[in-house]
Amino acid sequence: MTTVVRVDQLSKRYRIGLGPRRYQTLSENITHALGAPLRAIRRVQAPKADGADTIWALRDVSFDVSEGQVLGIIGRNGAGKSTLLKVLSRITEPSEGSVSIRGRVGSLLEVGTGFHPELTGRENIFLNGAILGMKRSEIAAKFDEIIAFSEVAQFIDTPVKRYSSGMYLRLAFAVAAHLEPEILVVDEVLAVGDAEFQKKCLGKMGDVAQQGRTVLFVSHNMSAILRLTQECLVLQKGCLSLRAPASEAVDYYLSAGHTSAGERVWDADEIPPSAAPFRPIALRVKNKSGKVVDSIRSTEPFTIEMEYALEAPLTALRIGVYLNTTRGEAVFTSFDTDDDARFEKHPSREAGHYCSRCAVPADMLNGGRYSLGVNASSYQIRRYFGDEQALDFTVDSSGAPGMQWGEPRPGPIRPRLKWEIIRE
Amino acid sequence: MTRTASLTKSEMPMLVIRPSRGWSALNLRDLWTYRELLYFMVWRDIKVRYKQAVLGVAWAVLMPVVNILIFTFVFGTLFHLNQAGVNYPLLSAAGLLPWGLFAGALTRSSLSLVGNTNLITKVYFPRLIIPISSVLSGLVDFGISFLIVLCLMFYYHAPLTWNMLWLIPLTVLVVLTALSVGLWLSALNVQYRDVTHIVPFLITTWMYASPVAYSASLVTGRMRIVYGLNPMAGVIQGFRWAIMGGDPPGELFVVAIIMVAILFVSGLFYFRRMERTFADTI
Repeated sequence: MTTVVRVDQLSKRYRIGLGPRRYQTLSENITHALGAPLRAIRRVQAPKADGADTIWALRDVSFDVSEGQVLGIIGRNGAGKSTLLKVLSRITEPSEGSVSIRGRVGSLLEVGTGFHPELTGRENIFLNGAILGMKRSEIAAKFDEIIAFSEVAQFIDTPVKRYSSGMYLRLAFAVAAHLEPEILVVDEVLAVGDAEFQKKCLGKMGDVAQQGRTVLFVSHNMSAILRLTQECLVLQKGCLSLRAPASEAVDYYLSAGHTSAGERVWDADEIPPSAAPFRPIALRVKNKSGKVVDSIRSTEPFTIEMEYALEAPLTALRIGVYLNTTRGEAVFTSFDTDDDARFEKHPSREAGHYCSRCAVPADMLNGGRYSLGVNASSYQIRRYFGDEQALDFTVDSSGAPGMQWGEPRPGPIRPRLKWEIIRE
Repeated sequence: MTRTASLTKSEMPMLVIRPSRGWSALNLRDLWTYRELLYFMVWRDIKVRYKQAVLGVAWAVLMPVVNILIFTFVFGTLFHLNQAGVNYPLLSAAGLLPWGLFAGALTRSSLSLVGNTNLITKVYFPRLIIPISSVLSGLVDFGISFLIVLCLMFYYHAPLTWNMLWLIPLTVLVVLTALSVGLWLSALNVQYRDVTHIVPFLITTWMYASPVAYSASLVTGRMRIVYGLNPMAGVIQGFRWAIMGGDPPGELFVVAIIMVAILFVSGLFYFRRMERTFADTI
């Protein structure tokens, strides 16, 4: 097998304040320059640890990918997955180390990149194709196939700003899916769209893998990872902590990190600067008697609790929890201001220390391992913070309905339903 | 095609990504590989410019006409530049023609990188395509303005001469001037958003420093050498000469070419040097 990607001691450093999405103004720079001599004097007096103002998004990462391999990359938010893909697809330069690549790299870091709302579907197919590196003749040859895949044939001459978000996404993915590079880099494209469409995308990704092309695939969806990849890299705080067969890597990832005993606490270095003024503190699962636990009983109610601080008042803030199975299937999503009365009561929140708590009734979940995600946002304004996989916990189904029969019950929920048996 | 397909993977070119230091090579070959994207970006800019405007492309006609009328009234009539022997409407039209192209191209290219943030942080392609395409997309409006100038020439019975062929290299020079400055400003704008605020001011100032509203022959003596350092002075005077006859731009034109060459080459290298941190700083 030929090696098509070789990553050698790759590191990427961001300077704080010069990191992503920050920029300087000239006046800031001038003030900085004027302050330089003063700081130099101070530095002599009190030498500061080198690199205190830098973040290593990637640190000394080395691995090879052989031709035709589908390699999964998993890790928490901020583990360096996206940075790695950005370096591989030449969007950003490494700070140290090197990457050698044989063949064309196609990256799907976000579907629909470069779509222009004013242009029609047809026009956007050509524009987006060109942006992704396809030749005009290539796009023309695949045009019909792309339209068929996207299922938006009758709106193909309508500006895409009139599309529903589902249509937009389907068209965008259709273009991207017909890109045929030797190496495909995919970042979380499946996190969006309805279940039907996700299935279709997964199928397409599987096809790509079948054709013997090399794929690097980042996802938080563990069932997609298990289905599509044979091998995975696990990244932790910028370092490569494990390379193993997919199932082993997924198990390692799910049990690693701060997810311990029903509580997830965020360290300062895990919170992206973009979260401010929101500061997550901890997410907890508590049993009936208020104890933080890793395992709850399905026959008892339990509490999900999100503790956080606001450094400044926020309007329309909502805290959401996402309950998924550890295989990545969604079970429910709930926000702390879902209720009309509560929504009216909390149009904004003052700065301070908060706890959003919800009670999950008994007899709802099936036995198994579940994963909780959390999100803090102002609807259609801004997303402050999100951690799709903050915490895992186990539900023990002893005493649940139907336990007298030892057979496993499919499905993530196991409600206690009112049955009647009537003889008529 | 078959030849490429029969290549085994080990024969495919190996791309090595490593941190670059110092000045980078221009890598114009990469730009050539992506020429179709350049075409699509120009096409997108043109296509989108007048969408959802009631008057649509009529704006491209209206703007230069209104400009010529305002100039003729303000400078020609109020400031008495409309003297005997001077056809002020045609003089201002011949000045506004290259100026419109230049000002539009410079504004768009300076803001182009920041305006395409989503592309820069998500996909790789030679970043030079962005400012280049935003400069080139002004050529359609320029063509329409040129037709208006032709109409004015017929109206005033100005003769069509072979000198008008000079308009082609002169137009290239306008595009290069705008691109050179645009390369500098767009790259600077990635790091210093101050550029966004400076550009409109810069363009207004630059217009008064160029012979748009007046003839360059009004500037004489030692002033003329300093004046010539502005490449647009020679270029606009060249346009006027090609359209209306009169003084050839002469030494102003030579200085303009040298100035543009310096700005262009330095702009390209500066842009390439800054390019590697665009995705991180934008």
